[in-house]
Amino acid sequence: MYTQALNSSDGDDRGVEDVARASQFQARIDADERIEPNDWMPAAYRKTLTRQISQHAHSEIVGMLPEGNWITRAPSLRRKAALLAKVQDECGHGLYLYAAAETLGTSREELVDAMLSGKAKYSSIFNYPTLTWADIGTIGWLVDGAAIMNQIPLCRCSYGPYARAMIRVCKEESFHQRQGFEIMVTLCRGTAEQKAMAQNALDRWWWPVLMMFGPPDQVSQHSDTSTKWKIKRFSNDELRQKFIDATVPQAEFLGLTIPDPGMKQNENGNWVHSPIDWDEFKQVLAGNGPCNRDRLAARRKAHEEGAWVREAAMAYAEKRKSRQLAQAAE
Amino acid sequence: MAVANIEVSETPLVLYALRRADDALILGHRLSEWCGHAPAMEEDMALANMGLDLLGQARELYTYAAKVEGRGNDEDKFAYLRDVRQYRNLLLVEQPNGDFARTMVRQFFYAAFADLYWRAMMASSDPTFAAIAAKSEKESAYHLRHSSEWIVRLGDGTEESHRRAQNAIDDLWAYTGEMFAVDDGERGLIDAGIAIDPATLKSRWLKTVTGIVNEATLALPKSDWMQQGGRVGSHSEHLGHLLSELQSLQRTFPGATW
Repeated sequence: MYTQALNSSDGDDRGVEDVARASQFQARIDADERIEPNDWMPAAYRKTLTRQISQHAHSEIVGMLPEGNWITRAPSLRRKAALLAKVQDECGHGLYLYAAAETLGTSREELVDAMLSGKAKYSSIFNYPTLTWADIGTIGWLVDGAAIMNQIPLCRCSYGPYARAMIRVCKEESFHQRQGFEIMVTLCRGTAEQKAMAQNALDRWWWPVLMMFGPPDQVSQHSDTSTKWKIKRFSNDELRQKFIDATVPQAEFLGLTIPDPGMKQNENGNWVHSPIDWDEFKQVLAGNGPCNRDRLAARRKAHEEGAWVREAAMAYAEKRKSRQLAQAAE
Repeated sequence: MAVANIEVSETPLVLYALRRADDALILGHRLSEWCGHAPAMEEDMALANMGLDLLGQARELYTYAAKVEGRGNDEDKFAYLRDVRQYRNLLLVEQPNGDFARTMVRQFFYAAFADLYWRAMMASSDPTFAAIAAKSEKESAYHLRHSSEWIVRLGDGTEESHRRAQNAIDDLWAYTGEMFAVDDGERGLIDAGIAIDPATLKSRWLKTVTGIVNEATLALPKSDWMQQGGRVGSHSEHLGHLLSELQSLQRTFPGATW
């Protein structure tokens, strides 16, 4: 799952290397052609996509942690299997996306190192804790729901490998979203304690989920270039609105209250939310969310403790190769 | 309010199914503990995959045990509402993950057995067991291949990986004997053609294990002392902690549906 908030471009196309090629490139994009790895592309386009795709991959991998937190405590064997499969899907998305990013010329190792060093960002939503089982339902319902809003348009992204990855990822995400909603339905039809658990999870996740779409349009930077390159097809506010309008009836169906007493429907039927606390967003982005440190520490620990295993695999592969060479020479 | 343990009528057939179900659930649970923390993303995928296979086997076996027992128990009651003394799994599968070498050695010892076991069980006169065996055999074959490859890589990799793999073999070896033990109830099922005699698998198991261990430049311990007890509920201290985590929601919210 990913975040619209990170869909921004790394600079503009002024100072482009080759004006003639750049205009050909833009003409191809305008004609809705797909750009493939060996095609010429402006350096800023490559840079933007490398960052965006790798951040998307990091988000999938870090996103395994909050949900992985409940695999060993899932309340039934069916839920346990579904959750384990879901977290495994996320890992698969991560691998798939790193491969897509590698087509732009940066290795997975470099990209992962940038995440582990804290240099590269991942979706801020994963810096919130999963405190109860209802959080697992809420993440599926809302976090995956918000990610889908961002990712469906990415299936038509101008960069071929990313667009194709998104088609597969979206299929799995929409399955996860339905699974999450089904957990919520079960909780809301359950005991009073379960329903309270569901409401509490919604209360905690609602505002961070709205922040997943990124800053309001009037303050978000660079989106013009990304839009021109057909990497970003909808604005942050457009997608946020779409998400809220889709979610309000679902919350009503569940009998849950969205924690925004000031939210009103306008004459067009859109639900207008109260102001979002962008200071909280900035703090989490700056590393001060409730789980930023825990998430990075967990990824670093896995990486460091796995080093001897990866070294062993490399050493064995080398030994095997030299034995085969020696045999062939005999 | 505490939730009471269920009562189980452990007829030989129910007990037989529960023992294999518990093996699969506990080992699957242990593998699922790695999810998000494995040494490489490819291993996150593989360990989750094997965990899911085992979880699937456990569910089928519990469901069958419930059907044979006919007392209204089901897969979740068996998994979530029995305490440590009621669990019937091998001591091997409840051993903690430790480092990656320990997890792989545990997996290798078990998969080398399960691969032979499920293949033989495909000939069970009990059609449900035969069907579960046909599916599980394919899965076990992959688990064996995956873990064998790692034993060789780790044993014949670096000094450190060799040391860790050898330690794991030394520590876990004493838990392998229990896989081949048979009690009177199981003897009856073997005679009836429902179960197979695991003793008949031992020499082939040892051959597979020795072959891989030798290829990995590792060695099996000389000691033939084997720990027993899991099959009758005398477990290591580790299982209680696993169950307290696994069962926490069901125990905290009595009677809730999830």
